[in-house]
Amino acid sequence: MNAPLGALDRPNSYIGRSVSRPNAKRLLAGRGRYVTDLVLPRMLHAAFLRSPYAHARISAIDLSAAQAMPGVRLIATGADLAKLCKPWTGTLDHFRGMKSPPQFPLPLDEVLWAGQAVVAVVADTRAQAEDAVEAILIDFEELPPVVDVDAALEPDSDRAAAGLDDNLCFGLKLDSGDVDAAFAAAAYVVEEEFHFGRHTAVTLEPRAILADWDASEGRLTVHHATQTPYQFQDLYSRHYGIPEASVRVVAPDVGGSFGMKLHVYHEDMAVVGLSVLAGRPVKFVADRMESFISDIHARDHRVRARIALDAAGTILAMDVDDVTAIGAFSSYPRTSAVEGNQVVRLMGAPYRFRDYRAELSAVFQNKVQTSQYRAVGHPIACAVTERLVDMAAARAGLDPVAMREKNLIPDDAYPHASPTGYRFEALSHEKCLKRLTVMMDYERLRAEQAELRASGIHRGIGIASFVEISNPSPAFYGIGGARISAQDGAIVKVTPSGEVRCLISVTEQGQGTETIIGQIVADQLGLPRERVRVITGDTEVTPHGGATWACRGAGIGGETALQAARKLRENVLSLAATVLQAKTFELDMRDGVIVDLMTGAERISLAEIARIAYFRSDTLPPGTSAQLSVAHHYAPQGYPFAFTNGIQGCHVELDTETGFVHILKHWVVEDCGRIINPLLVDEQVRGGVVQGLGAAFFEECRYDGNGQLTNGSLADYLVPMACEMPDIEIGHVETLTADTALGAKGCGEAGTAAASAAALNAVNDALSPFRASIAQIPMTPTRLLRALGKI
Amino acid sequence: MTTLRPLSLMVNGETLTCFAEPRETLADLLRRGLELTGTHTGCEMGVCGACLVMLDGAPVHACLLFAVQAEGSAIETIEGLTAKTAIADLQCAFHDRNALQCGFCTPGMLVTAQALLARNPQPSRAEIRDALSGNYCRCTGYEAIVDAIETVARRRAAGEVAAAFAEEPA
Repeated sequence: MNAPLGALDRPNSYIGRSVSRPNAKRLLAGRGRYVTDLVLPRMLHAAFLRSPYAHARISAIDLSAAQAMPGVRLIATGADLAKLCKPWTGTLDHFRGMKSPPQFPLPLDEVLWAGQAVVAVVADTRAQAEDAVEAILIDFEELPPVVDVDAALEPDSDRAAAGLDDNLCFGLKLDSGDVDAAFAAAAYVVEEEFHFGRHTAVTLEPRAILADWDASEGRLTVHHATQTPYQFQDLYSRHYGIPEASVRVVAPDVGGSFGMKLHVYHEDMAVVGLSVLAGRPVKFVADRMESFISDIHARDHRVRARIALDAAGTILAMDVDDVTAIGAFSSYPRTSAVEGNQVVRLMGAPYRFRDYRAELSAVFQNKVQTSQYRAVGHPIACAVTERLVDMAAARAGLDPVAMREKNLIPDDAYPHASPTGYRFEALSHEKCLKRLTVMMDYERLRAEQAELRASGIHRGIGIASFVEISNPSPAFYGIGGARISAQDGAIVKVTPSGEVRCLISVTEQGQGTETIIGQIVADQLGLPRERVRVITGDTEVTPHGGATWACRGAGIGGETALQAARKLRENVLSLAATVLQAKTFELDMRDGVIVDLMTGAERISLAEIARIAYFRSDTLPPGTSAQLSVAHHYAPQGYPFAFTNGIQGCHVELDTETGFVHILKHWVVEDCGRIINPLLVDEQVRGGVVQGLGAAFFEECRYDGNGQLTNGSLADYLVPMACEMPDIEIGHVETLTADTALGAKGCGEAGTAAASAAALNAVNDALSPFRASIAQIPMTPTRLLRALGKI
Repeated sequence: MTTLRPLSLMVNGETLTCFAEPRETLADLLRRGLELTGTHTGCEMGVCGACLVMLDGAPVHACLLFAVQAEGSAIETIEGLTAKTAIADLQCAFHDRNALQCGFCTPGMLVTAQALLARNPQPSRAEIRDALSGNYCRCTGYEAIVDAIETVARRRAAGEVAAAFAEEPA
């Protein structure tokens, strides 16, 4: 690559500059347009009767009283919707042996978790629909719920759903090297059993969908609070038998998503059918109670793991058993097995050892489905690995920093293949560790800790290295048969006034996608940023693409925009050369003006070129092709994933009388390759850290023995609030990926990936003088007092 | 419960007479009846802060108040506070500091910030964090919000006045 590439590193480049988000201004003025805000003419509202039981057979449904209620327009059961909608199954071909029961919008005869939607009511207002739901009578015949994972795996266990031969959704074994020999030869072995609670996304805007079937044209328009409009266009088309080109999915402003809003939900699929049946727009917004019992949950792992060490503290081998409970179905279309798969493949990822064995069991039970949520699998793999590394350090008599210096993959040892099957292009663990210890003033913190211990104040310091998966290729879903795109597409076009519009398939949920795409396009074209408008989130206007998930917006979407902008730039300069009777290579565009490349002398403005092309093509030489719109696609090539890395530090104070933990400070050093906008990257990392700290200390979906969620409200389920969260200091190392011209990797999961691990190590560090330890998150005061032997 | 009741109140400086069901919350009236969709509902039980509005100058959860209880009150929503430029400096500081991502919590955050600075013009960071303890944000991790409010407190103390928010270039 020649001239334009240098633009990335220009002193005045937009790439690498902190700029604020143009699209944030309407949100600050209360002018956001979320699906929850949308109203269409003749719009109706849906509400759902939900199962009170975790597992039951539906014996009889009596709708007569409900049908007579005011405002009711339609009541639909599973059988009604099954006539319109093909069922779906949450498996992927490359997860061999995986199984899951078929799913319908609403169940036909068996309910599989407490809270599952059973009957839909459509009425003039939501309140009327809810009133009518109260009047529906259903006879449920209770069946034994499968709740405990060990019991679920017993051969004679009750089944989570009819038709299952057993409750194992998916099993996977990895074995590389000679693990038994390594453990036999080890000087030390450290082992632990870890428990990771279920938590859930709790986006502040709940799930929301508004489906509008127009029978006169055979067109379906769905306004959907989602990250992945194209995925849903494909699904609504195929499951309802509507041609894809007649299905439009629009994702306007979305009030948070974090992976939760890219799965198929039964209510959402039902709403499409309800609109078809009612012949009118139908809207459904989950209320907060419904969110807790129907949004996907995440994590829920029990991991038994051990590592083998030589006498000097070198890690030799790792052996892992992960049992994860996923609910009664595997979610669709991404499945509920990706989390477990990434847990066993990310284990030990920052370290050098070669011998590795793992077993994964994804188990059915009668609870809400679990599936992909921010940093899929990462926090589990990281917490298990990093806690074991700290335990090993203690055993070997090494400081945690020295232990990591000894065992991290050296920065000059890339490319590197992990024993779990991943290939790392270039990571920077050593640089990140060095940077972190400086930022933390690690030695001083250790000295202060020792002093304070003497006066009965118990502080803990925890660190955690991590590897993050970003920029996924089709190796993620495409090869498994899922119609989930790993590529993105952009249309970049010059308006007649010489402004530029970029319509791109990556989407915005507040992380700043549109801003960074605008920066890249402006930078690569040579335009002021204010003259570039970015449009996302509508299948009718942008090319097909994967959208936003698994940290791909900057790395893949950004590269798509870069390549598209370069193509358009060539077209503009070629046309300008024709007009100016110059050579294309003698020209450049800067600040919206075509200039002489060498002297910078202004030749003609982009606006003038656009005017000529659009209104006075008669003045151009015959045969001139003025192509001021470019459509371009980019699919990742080279490494199947662009791995990133980093390290986090956490400083806590434990009150040993109450079990309360005060988080004093948190640090992150992360390496996401080229940083396009430091302001946005830092805020992605901070937000991610706080989600990880929530998991570490507060968040847990608690169930009783009957499979009933007992804390399903925002008053009972604890989320991290401002007063409990620390200031978070962030540092960067930039190791570019050579697979793209842009060199960017993802940063969205980095914070969540290791925050709970760093916190777990910090709390254990604080517990260490008491010979106490904890291997479960969230680390609630009760659990900490129990660890201390006080209760 | 479903019989409409007449209701008079002032919203964003305008006196309105409208009808509401007795069970309708103020949040629902604002959003549905008056199309003031900048007031959001996140939990509908008064813990997330997304629905905060000013009622007679003090922040209240619009989801916890029945519309009929607001009879005779003066309500200000994010739309009204924006139009009269009362919070333009907060909006600018939030924008510059990227103290919002999805924006769903933002109107409530701004109401809380405005009320905090009215009663405590120079709060410490800890006091800001404490004042925000009823405003849930899943995206930002809160630090940028604390920074933005701290900046505005400092600017207001120095007598700086912000231009109307909407007039600023992107």
